[in-house]
Amino acid sequence: MDLTLEEGRSLWKDSFYRLKKNRLAMVGLVVLVVLGLLCAFAGVIAPYSYSAQNLELGASGPHSKHWLGTDRLGRDQLTRILYGGRISLSVGICATAVSLTIGVFYGAISGFIGGKLDALMMRIVDILYALPFTIFVILLMVFFGRNFILLFVAIGAVEWLTMARIVRAQVMSLKQQEFVEAAQALGLRRRRIIFRHILPNLLGPVIVYATLTIPGVMLLEAFLSFLGLGVQPPMSSWGVLIKEGAEVMEEFPWMLWFPAAALAATLFSLNFLGDGLRDALDARASKD
Amino acid sequence: MDKLLLNVKNLSTTFHTRNGVVRAVNDVSFTLNKGETLGIVGESGSGKSVTCYSLLRLLPQPPARIESGTAVFDQTVNLLTCGLKELNGIRGKRISMIFQDPMTSLNPFMRVEDQIMEPLLIHERISRNDARARALQAMKDVGIQDAVNRMKSYPHQFSGGMRQRVMIAMALITNPDLLIADEPTTALDVTVQAQILELIKKMQTDRGLAVILISHDLGVIAGFCDRVMVMYAGQAVETGTTEKIFQQPQHPYTRALQRSIPSLQPKGKDLYTIPGLPPDLTRLSPGCPFTPRCESAVDYCSKEKISLAEVKPGQFSACLRVQKGEI
Repeated sequence: MDLTLEEGRSLWKDSFYRLKKNRLAMVGLVVLVVLGLLCAFAGVIAPYSYSAQNLELGASGPHSKHWLGTDRLGRDQLTRILYGGRISLSVGICATAVSLTIGVFYGAISGFIGGKLDALMMRIVDILYALPFTIFVILLMVFFGRNFILLFVAIGAVEWLTMARIVRAQVMSLKQQEFVEAAQALGLRRRRIIFRHILPNLLGPVIVYATLTIPGVMLLEAFLSFLGLGVQPPMSSWGVLIKEGAEVMEEFPWMLWFPAAALAATLFSLNFLGDGLRDALDARASKD
Repeated sequence: MDKLLLNVKNLSTTFHTRNGVVRAVNDVSFTLNKGETLGIVGESGSGKSVTCYSLLRLLPQPPARIESGTAVFDQTVNLLTCGLKELNGIRGKRISMIFQDPMTSLNPFMRVEDQIMEPLLIHERISRNDARARALQAMKDVGIQDAVNRMKSYPHQFSGGMRQRVMIAMALITNPDLLIADEPTTALDVTVQAQILELIKKMQTDRGLAVILISHDLGVIAGFCDRVMVMYAGQAVETGTTEKIFQQPQHPYTRALQRSIPSLQPKGKDLYTIPGLPPDLTRLSPGCPFTPRCESAVDYCSKEKISLAEVKPGQFSACLRVQKGEI
């Protein structure tokens, strides 16, 4: 093979190429994109308004007018699931973004500066880790009332801890790498070293962990909503829908099936995609 | 004396660890003229790398601490005490460094051209296009074929030897006065080693560059350097011109090192090794650190403090017995 003809291929392109060959991950990606688009355009697609009731109809199984049936107030299940998905997915993404920002920032500082500051920052993380999550959220709800925004904050505030630890460990090992030393020997300033040389090398593990955090966060939201601490009616999320369905699962099982299926499909897809990304981005496993 | 480029005096560097204070570099002095090549030779842990890292203050402090000494560069700047801003202006611009392992000394996520251009972009007022042209020329200079296409590649697409060439291109693109090469060929095949050394030599003669070459390979040093400094346990034990050091070594350690070269020994015999191990740098005796392993050691060797003294014209030894003319 004539190496000189090969065009410069970054590790990113290599990774994407490997990801494309992972069928499960690609299926996950497609499912996610489709579900995401459906939920994002719920306002256009949904056949009914999410709060429109039809009390005469009441709970009914799937049929031609309501593909996924209706709940006890005669509200269209498909519409409710699409709108609920909006909330669930955006909680997942926003809370992950919050945890990502805090975690990467915190971990990078702690790892790069090291020494006493690092020890202090990591002990704070340890202490926060020890807080029981449910009690923490219940306390927040009691103090600040049931607030949708609070949900992001609460979940994000808990999820960044692991991210901070991962990033810190990565930064510490990167700091020992000769290319960081070489950058120093070239006269680069600290900030430039962090942004040009350390952060790009962090992206792999961070992306992987983020894809695996989103399902965790969504599950937490569902869990909180299930307990009645999360999203409040008439707004709905998949967690709320599952809760309502579970209450009447013996009479109207479809009210549980469909939202549960939507949540499960999303979680599975995210996990498959996360696993695929992890394998694809781990250049070492496939290169040397 | 306007040829003097670097004047290092009484450099001592220690590491403060849980097991005590490691005296990695102990009162080392040397000078380097413009365009000259100095070889620093010694076994692992003899302080040769730490000496050079100290000059550019690349050691993380703590645990490292530069205890004393001065390193005057170009007769004006003391590298060990000048401000970080001034130091950053010298690093990569007037003093460049290449490292032992080319596999890890390039950033895997940056195109090679961007890495070669980086020193130019931070040290000179230059447009990206001009910098790219200079990078291309630099890659051609270090003998990378098809440089136009190769500069778009990423480090993992290069072999070890090629990466070391890239490192050299990167180090020399700003036309520095001094290149510090920390075992530049240790991680490479023997054939590639020779090519890389030849390349450094060529760059040096073309540009009048001064080089400090760190190596544990006497063969490399012999073929390359004008002058040699032999280090043992963080101290300079002998310095002089390469010719003299190899023909009439004036320190028992240098002699023992030479006897350890396999090709100089008769076939079929066991290879010569220096008995014992280098001393624990946390517990150095006041005298000569080589005493326990030295064939010619006598009582006072482990008690009297050693320092370099001229024993032959232009040749300095730290051996007390040589200084007294006993051996």
